[in-house]
Amino acid sequence: MNNLALKELLYKMADDLLILGHRNSEWTGMGPLLEEDIAFSSMAQDKIGQSHALFQLLQQLGEQAPDTVAFTRNAEQFHNCVLVELPNQEYDFSLIRHFLFDTADALRWEMLTRSSYEPLAQLARKIQGELRYHTLHANTWVKQLGSATEESIGRLQHSLETALPYALGMFEKSPYEQDLITDGIFEGETKLQEAWKKEVEKVISSTSLRLPDWKIVTPAYGGRAGKHSEHLQPMLDEMSEVFRMDPTAEW
Amino acid sequence: MYGGGNTFEGIKTDSLAQEDPAKLAEFEARIARGEKIEPTDWMPQLYRKQLIRMIEQHAHSEIIGALPEGTWITRAPGFKRKMSLMAKVQDEVGHAQLLYSAAETLGKSREQMIDDLITGKSKYSNIFNYPTFTWADCCFISWLVDAGAIVNQIANAKGSYGPYCRALDRICAEESFHLKYGHHCVIYLATGTPKQRAMFQEALNRWWPPMMHFFGPSDKISVHTEVLMRWKVKMGTNDDMRNQFLDMYVPKILELGFTIPDPKLKKNPDTGRWDYTEPDWEEFKRVINGDGPCNKERLEVRRIAEERGRWVREALKSPKTAYVTPLA
Repeated sequence: MNNLALKELLYKMADDLLILGHRNSEWTGMGPLLEEDIAFSSMAQDKIGQSHALFQLLQQLGEQAPDTVAFTRNAEQFHNCVLVELPNQEYDFSLIRHFLFDTADALRWEMLTRSSYEPLAQLARKIQGELRYHTLHANTWVKQLGSATEESIGRLQHSLETALPYALGMFEKSPYEQDLITDGIFEGETKLQEAWKKEVEKVISSTSLRLPDWKIVTPAYGGRAGKHSEHLQPMLDEMSEVFRMDPTAEW
Repeated sequence: MYGGGNTFEGIKTDSLAQEDPAKLAEFEARIARGEKIEPTDWMPQLYRKQLIRMIEQHAHSEIIGALPEGTWITRAPGFKRKMSLMAKVQDEVGHAQLLYSAAETLGKSREQMIDDLITGKSKYSNIFNYPTFTWADCCFISWLVDAGAIVNQIANAKGSYGPYCRALDRICAEESFHLKYGHHCVIYLATGTPKQRAMFQEALNRWWPPMMHFFGPSDKISVHTEVLMRWKVKMGTNDDMRNQFLDMYVPKILELGFTIPDPKLKKNPDTGRWDYTEPDWEEFKRVINGDGPCNKERLEVRRIAEERGRWVREALKSPKTAYVTPLA
């Protein structure tokens, strides 16, 4: 088994979940209604918990402790896709991002229940129950707001168009893509992306929203290779503000 | 979390003369027997009004209280603290949801309550008008402000209004976890590096005066609340609550090696109660009336959140779900 390939996969997933979990948590106290504050917080907690579990797998593979890895790297050392690091903006953008990301995330983890790397397959099976609520929440809200008022439809449509290039960036291939597939660790980004498109089309077609022709959407790649937007570093600076005061201290 | 201090402004008992004396007597007899009053039961207007005010202020305190701590979620040091603080603040928002629902059973809609919060018509716990400069301030709130809230809430859970008591039972169960979490955070600061210890001592110095204010004005100057005590709306005097808190937490603070910034603070062996420097009640009044370090910021955040979320709430509305005031 190619350890570099495996680590790369675990890092990008862990980073996606940490960064999006962090963004979701920024809705605490700011949601459009209390129920959504609470829902985004639950999803944030799940995502950060899942990210922690992945960092623990990495630690077993010889990487540093989860806190050190999460709280002391700089932006260019992060492998998350750019989609998750973008600021929350208005609720319509956060909701659309949540829908696009979690649809892919649920499919990715579902594929990983069959991974040849047993610790990852075990984790994937364990969190299936959590993921169901994330997609249920996203689909319910996209269907409701995507067919309600002129304003809600217009906002979601606009955010969908803004987010799609970044969403395709989730499927940026690893340099070890073929190794992962050959070793049976992960079935690959191409297969994931195809399954994701079908699921997104299915939900969007039940709303008043429209998907553009996939051919004209240019994927925003770079995140997996450490090339990020200007938003990630300030977010990381904030995240590690206390931790970095004294990295040897226990908090 | 909640401080009961600002709930009971001057009340006029004149309206009681207009109530049906037989119904009023039966109502009071039920409370005296320890029965709970339920939403559709008869109740005097004054009881309804005071309860709405109290539960509403409690609910507001929960959502406003989520702000000074919430701002540290994104900065919490390490996975363990980040996850715990998220869950803790989420609980507070959940408490607001429970409490708005309890208040709605008395005939005021959540939208109306939040409007009154934003316009400054209704109040919230004074302590959240102070800023959290450091991680240690956030730990102070999680441990000691929540501790104070539990003292108040355990008392109020024995009150007479069923929906409020049931909400409080659930809230207290969650708050006891917050207390453990906050205490754990402070133990780590106390036993950590000199910088960490100093951080908490500074936080304690900053937060002690608002903490003493938390339970409300001294009994010597607070308004007459006899009828509210009889109706089990108010369950203890402000000074009783303050004393209970000092009894329980002063030893714990000292045990961790910190100094409480009040040279007069000591338990009086003759009265069994605490002596302390009289809190500055003028400052308390000033801050409650809008002139504290963070009042404007807190309400502005809430106003912006409401404004930005309006289109979402509009999109959820169905003509079939108009709010109906309960009849009683």
